Amino acid sequence: MSDQSLESHATDVAPGDEGEGRVRTRILGYVVGLGLAIVLTATSFFIVGTDLVWQPSIPVAIVVLAIAQMGVHLVFFLHITTGPDNTNNVLALAFGVLIVILVIGGSLWIMANLNANMMPMDQIMQMQR
Amino acid sequence: MFGKLSWSAVPLDQPIPMAASGSVALVILAVLAWIVLAGHLPYLWREWITSVDHKRIGVMYTLLATVMLLRGFADALMMRAQQAVALHSQGFLPPEHYNQIFSAHGTIMIFFVAMPFVIGLMNLIVPLQLGVRDVAFPTLNSVGFWLTATGALLVNISLVIGEFARTGWLPYPPLSEMTYSPGVGVDYYLWSLEISGVGTLVAGINLVTTVLKLRTKGMTYLRMPMFCWTTLASNLLIVAAFPILTATLAMLILDRYLGFHFFTNEGGGNVMMFMNLIWAWGHPEVYILVLPAFGIFSEVVSTFSGKALFGYRSMVLATMAICVISFMVWLHHFFTMGAGPNVNAIFGIASMIIAVPTGVKIYNWLFTMYMGRIRFTTPMLWSIGFMVTFLLGGLTGVLVAVPPADFLLHNSLFLVAHFHNVIIGGVLFGAFAGYTYWFPKAFGFRLHEGLGKAAFWCWLIGFYVAFMPLYVVGLLGMTRRMQHYDVPEWRPWLLVASVGAIIILIGIAFQIAQLVVSIHRREELRDHTGDPWDGRSLEWATASPPPVFNFAVTPDVSGEDAYWSMKERARRQGTSDDSVAYTDIEMPRNSPTGFICAFFATIMGFALIWHIWWMVAAGAIGAFATFVAFAWRDHDEYVIAADDVARIDQANLAERRAVMSGAG
Repeated sequence: MSDQSLESHATDVAPGDEGEGRVRTRILGYVVGLGLAIVLTATSFFIVGTDLVWQPSIPVAIVVLAIAQMGVHLVFFLHITTGPDNTNNVLALAFGVLIVILVIGGSLWIMANLNANMMPMDQIMQMQR
Repeated sequence: MFGKLSWSAVPLDQPIPMAASGSVALVILAVLAWIVLAGHLPYLWREWITSVDHKRIGVMYTLLATVMLLRGFADALMMRAQQAVALHSQGFLPPEHYNQIFSAHGTIMIFFVAMPFVIGLMNLIVPLQLGVRDVAFPTLNSVGFWLTATGALLVNISLVIGEFARTGWLPYPPLSEMTYSPGVGVDYYLWSLEISGVGTLVAGINLVTTVLKLRTKGMTYLRMPMFCWTTLASNLLIVAAFPILTATLAMLILDRYLGFHFFTNEGGGNVMMFMNLIWAWGHPEVYILVLPAFGIFSEVVSTFSGKALFGYRSMVLATMAICVISFMVWLHHFFTMGAGPNVNAIFGIASMIIAVPTGVKIYNWLFTMYMGRIRFTTPMLWSIGFMVTFLLGGLTGVLVAVPPADFLLHNSLFLVAHFHNVIIGGVLFGAFAGYTYWFPKAFGFRLHEGLGKAAFWCWLIGFYVAFMPLYVVGLLGMTRRMQHYDVPEWRPWLLVASVGAIIILIGIAFQIAQLVVSIHRREELRDHTGDPWDGRSLEWATASPPPVFNFAVTPDVSGEDAYWSMKERARRQGTSDDSVAYTDIEMPRNSPTGFICAFFATIMGFALIWHIWWMVAAGAIGAFATFVAFAWRDHDEYVIAADDVARIDQANLAERRAVMSGAG
């Protein structure tokens, strides 16, 4: 291990705890983030109601915009960066995303399977008729 | 005015709960009276109840766990006695009472024995092993403990006022819905776990942050003792899994209180979703409990074999692998619910895969012992007993992970025997090993060895006598939770099982005697060095019990087994470097926030159970006001002057040196 990594956790900062940078630049960051978030939100609402785009592509567009929205929040408000001081936050985020995918994806798969195999009693009765 | 609450809620006509709770109430009143009359109340308030010291909070967690262990074990004895006599008869426990007992036994043993025991040991030891002065969020830590205590209190109130759930330790709908459980039993379960679940979650956040952010100089991840790694993994699981429990129980609450249809049979509800969600929490929970125990065994085996832990890195890898894979196996708890062969097969295979990193750990402990100079102290006995017992439990676990076999064994006593095999043989033996191993660190004197060994042998033999017969009756077709039965062939095995429970009872009696005798003879068992076991990690580098600031000077770590290498260096150089530069130390101020918060949470939980809405509002406002008052506090830290630090530290060092020169 290099000396730098030995001390890395000492210089590690928590999200929102970056007291150093100038107030002006930090406010600018939040304003840019807010602007992007508003643009993305407005676009979503616009796309749902418009007939300017090919209709079947709308759900995909909404998903893309939602993911972009998450990215904006992570970068501008939660201050997730790729810097060395941010390893913990990125790892925590990755772990969280992994667990959410496992639990939600697993639940959907299991419940679909159960619903297919274990129909409610009245439906089974109807099939037997 | 008082919602559903009336005098009829107190079961005056039932002798068993009345006698039990009456005697417990008398004991509690006597203890309280003694505390007040002897003038201990100010001390208790100042030094313990409002303490934000992680060591004190850890001790209180462990104390809560041991007290609740007695309650849960009393339930176990009653169940064994009931099944011993209930052939062709009703036994001595009516069904509605028996159902409450097995539900309370499971709930208490998991949530209020196993959880506080491991969280208590982690709280006590992890900051010391990391070489730091406190946890990341000291006051939050105290809040977490007191909320856990609130949950335990509510479960025990149900003994006297009203009833407890009759649904088993996980309240499966539709049985737990209003239609089939109209009483307050399930509500007691739900609110005590919602409140204590918050407590567990904040404890998890606190410990994750502590391990990630508060390590001493040079303590890189791969130099952390194994117990810190398993703490990290276990608490990551708490942070990821406990919200699932809270949300699932909240949905059941909405069903019961506001007529929602999440898990009902009608109105578009889906009962199977409850099983799915509760086990998405439930399986990680198993590893939340057992991973810290693995960490304790790693410390104990390494210390008493006089060797560094074999395959440290593979152990870290195995721990983190378990941490992730534990989220991929939850369906094996409901193979029989009707998923297709593809789903069952994949979860079955994942369940077998998770046994691999666990097997790696067993080999690591064995190879740590290999060629070591093993000292067979009590903690070491617990560890060896664990390895044999847990291996057996793990093997039956792999057996029930095979879906076709599980169809045969599901909900049988074979399954009950399996999970007691891993929870007693894994978690509880680990907790006892940690209790014996770290007791001198917490209190400054060792526990009596002979009585400890007697307790171990009673527990080990008692466990086998109590649970091996359950494997057999499970294979003979006996399902779990039977209040009475008509099969004479089961009777002899159940009688043997009750004998096993009595042997365990003797073991518990030995443990109580051990504590009493050790306190009585504390002067001859005194640990003057701070290092009674010739330990390897940093908790032994400071005095026993450690001063409030843990380390006068935070240690500088340059490798694995930090304290061992410090001792080696001192031995090589012939002297230890005593020229220390002391500085002022800032410590967090004690705060009654946790206790007051929990006081209001108790009121709120009780009122919610009995639908006393004005009292709910009062409790909620009180708890929130406590939080606001805490958030606006002015002085959150106090300073211990460098002179005081020097005085305390020099006294400890002098005591240690006196023992060393006396021995040398």
